Amino acid sequence: MVHGENPTGFAHQFETLEQQHDAGRLGMWIFLATEILFFGGMFMSYTVYRSLHPQAFLLGSHILEVKFGAINTAVLICSSFTMAMSIRSAQTGKKKGTIIGWLILTMLLGATFLFLKFRFEWYHDYLEHTMPGFGFFYRPEWGTHAPQVQMFMCFYFFMTGLHALHMIVGIGVLLVLTWMASRGRFTSQYFAPLEISGLYWHFVDIVWIFLFPLLYLIRY
Amino acid sequence: MSTTATVENFPNSSAEPQENYLNARYGVRSWLLTLDHKRIGLLYLGTITLMFVVGGIAATMMRLNLLEPQGTLVEPETYNKLFSTHGIVMVFFFLVPSIPATLGNFLIPLMIGARDVAFPRLNLLSWYIFVTGCLLMLYVVFTGGIDTGWTFYPPYSSSYAHTDVFLAAMAIFIAGFSSILTGMNFVVTIHKMRAPGMTWFRLPLFIWSMYATALIFVLGTPVIAVTLLLLGVEKLLHVGIFDPALGGDPVLFQHMFWFYSHPAVYIMILPSMGVISELITAFSRKRIFGYSFVAFSSLAIAVISFLVWGHHMFVSGQSVYAGLIFSVLSFLVAIPSAVKVFNWTATLYKGSISYEAPMLYALGFIGLFTIGGLTGLFLASLSTDVHLNGTYFVVAHFHYVMVGGAVMAYMGGLHYWWPKITGRLYPDLWARFAALIIFVGFNLTFFPQFVLGYLGMPRRYAMYPAEFQSLNVLSSAGASVLAVGYVIPLIYLIWSMKYGPVVGPNPFGTKGLEWTTQSPPPTENFLRTPIVTEEAYNYETAPEPEVVRV
Amino acid sequence: MASHSQDPAHGHQQVEEHIVPVSTYLSIFVALLIATALTTWIAFQDLGNWNVVVALTIAVCKATLVVLFFMHVKYNKGLTRVVLIGALFWLGIMITFTLSDELTRHWEIYPQAWTGMIVPVMRHLLF
Repeated sequence: MVHGENPTGFAHQFETLEQQHDAGRLGMWIFLATEILFFGGMFMSYTVYRSLHPQAFLLGSHILEVKFGAINTAVLICSSFTMAMSIRSAQTGKKKGTIIGWLILTMLLGATFLFLKFRFEWYHDYLEHTMPGFGFFYRPEWGTHAPQVQMFMCFYFFMTGLHALHMIVGIGVLLVLTWMASRGRFTSQYFAPLEISGLYWHFVDIVWIFLFPLLYLIRY
Repeated sequence: MSTTATVENFPNSSAEPQENYLNARYGVRSWLLTLDHKRIGLLYLGTITLMFVVGGIAATMMRLNLLEPQGTLVEPETYNKLFSTHGIVMVFFFLVPSIPATLGNFLIPLMIGARDVAFPRLNLLSWYIFVTGCLLMLYVVFTGGIDTGWTFYPPYSSSYAHTDVFLAAMAIFIAGFSSILTGMNFVVTIHKMRAPGMTWFRLPLFIWSMYATALIFVLGTPVIAVTLLLLGVEKLLHVGIFDPALGGDPVLFQHMFWFYSHPAVYIMILPSMGVISELITAFSRKRIFGYSFVAFSSLAIAVISFLVWGHHMFVSGQSVYAGLIFSVLSFLVAIPSAVKVFNWTATLYKGSISYEAPMLYALGFIGLFTIGGLTGLFLASLSTDVHLNGTYFVVAHFHYVMVGGAVMAYMGGLHYWWPKITGRLYPDLWARFAALIIFVGFNLTFFPQFVLGYLGMPRRYAMYPAEFQSLNVLSSAGASVLAVGYVIPLIYLIWSMKYGPVVGPNPFGTKGLEWTTQSPPPTENFLRTPIVTEEAYNYETAPEPEVVRV
Repeated sequence: MASHSQDPAHGHQQVEEHIVPVSTYLSIFVALLIATALTTWIAFQDLGNWNVVVALTIAVCKATLVVLFFMHVKYNKGLTRVVLIGALFWLGIMITFTLSDELTRHWEIYPQAWTGMIVPVMRHLLF
């Protein structure tokens, strides 16, 4: 038996490539299940505190700018689409240039998201003293709600921060995939790494789909 | 399990050493870079044994300190650090990985007839992550310690903390990833890697219980991760998340903490139950009584474990209504646990029982676990718990489950599969002797604590009123006996690796795929993929015990 | 390992995989963008307590589309769905039981304890 991987990416502990593909996919879904519970814990504490301090969360949400949230949501949806297309181009046996093109597009969209987030939102918050732990300033118009507004911003940074961390990891994974694609590793028979990484990328998108209305869109 | 497969797996039955996973490659590199699940299991074995020693030393110092009412050894502040260290190290760095990461890693592929786990690289990665967590924890312990108790309740751990809670929380956070990876690996391996003919209902019950454990790993661990992360953020940035002064809710932390940490108790006990199912059938040479009941009770325990966490919080300020619900649900756990105990007992009935060392541990387990489980019912009922909460009764209860249950089973399992792991047998007389010492020492240590708790002695105090002294001395004396009981196996097991008599593939004459391959197994476990034709524990077709070659 | 040495490329025929047409991907993509615009617009309409309900409903719909089509759950039967539903079920357990405490802390102000259970729960959940 060959130890290590042969050119088709077949690992020695499996009997068939299909078994390996199934195992990889199941593994990723189980990993996503852990992610659901991980982000779920945050969403739960958010829910509890929002039900305890509705007014403060309303005030806190007004610190955020809806336009950046909305634009970034659209950017992420675009990146999910390009990710799906990159897998499809591998499935249908397109040339490696096509796969790489879609992958690079996905990475660029992910980078755009992060750029907008860092430059126009977090950096702005830092300058405006609305970043908890970094000179957070209690504005007079918040009145007695100020500590809880800070708590909202805490959750905002915690949730978007972890989301951004997942995006960075995702871009790293996409870089590896691009390298693999450039080596011609993906065929219509073997595209499991693409598919599995795609699942992760879409999941990160879904987290944002929930973060956007819960953080940015508290208006009434 | 068919006899033909057995013959084919031993091409050379002569006395010269066969190539196996231990002698296939040599050198430190071959161990640190290994992808073999058996070697990774041994890496874990070494690591958690070291952590067990650290936690054990902390426990010894506590028991020494409690010899006298005013405390003999340490300042109260140091005592706080001792019990916190003991709790954190034993729970997160010994008990949680104990059976799953060592015996589970070693045995799952062997028992289902696979060459390896589904993701060997992740398996190795999980060990490195675990070691990183261990080192960070040890760093915290030796540079100032931590005094919050293993539960990290805020605001002790946030606003009023004066030890390095952040680093300790991160150590557990990191170690949690190794749990997640192990759980993922096990679920996928059990689903996708079974040998031909190995249907779900032919799986050994150890596999069922490991599957249930892996589910808890996967579904519970992420929640403790995010909880500790929130705590770390609160501590690091001095912002309010759980701090009531800033509108936070400390009880929410307790909810999230126990959502993982209650099921974590079942991470410890479910694998033990799997081991016991193997040991009881092996040494009564009988099919398990009610296979599917035992199998499904593992899954039932895994599910119900997630519905009962509020019983840790009856006096925390949780609403009475939630308390009622959690109390009722807590009693449900008794059902699948009792199913297992009854079925083991029924398996013993009319079996041809032999009292090898692993069987002594198994029988000890059944008794101690039953005591631990039944005293759990006292704590599950709301009104009794108000009296007993935070006393030594609780301490005794969970030590009967975790030490009398989980550690006994771990020791039993280690002895049972030791010949498979090393290819050599330990001195049987010493092993039986140690099992008895552990049983006696354990009861001497922890039974007095039931009485102490019932009389009202609170846990986590360095001092106590003079009238509790005799029971405390009894408990401390028992702890020293228990310590001797743990040191003896450590010595003879290490001794046996070099000097123990060499054994054949199946020294106990028991059933199971792992006994059909050579001891120690070859790198890819089986020379030929086994084909399974019968259900587990079919002792009508059992082979005779092998003659031990010296 | 004689019995395993068959070439994996010949050992099986085809990795079973549904190929989703580009048109499906495109329409899901457009639907998601429309839903994003919709949820943003609706947030600025005063629906009282229903704002959060509508926002979450739209988010759940969007997530469902991503899961079913982009993540191929519509085409992968069996285990994938079990894992997904299991995870969501466990999330439900965590949230339900925690809220069963958090939302009933102050029930002493409702003297008709059991009969009065439904009203405050609904009030908290919906409004």
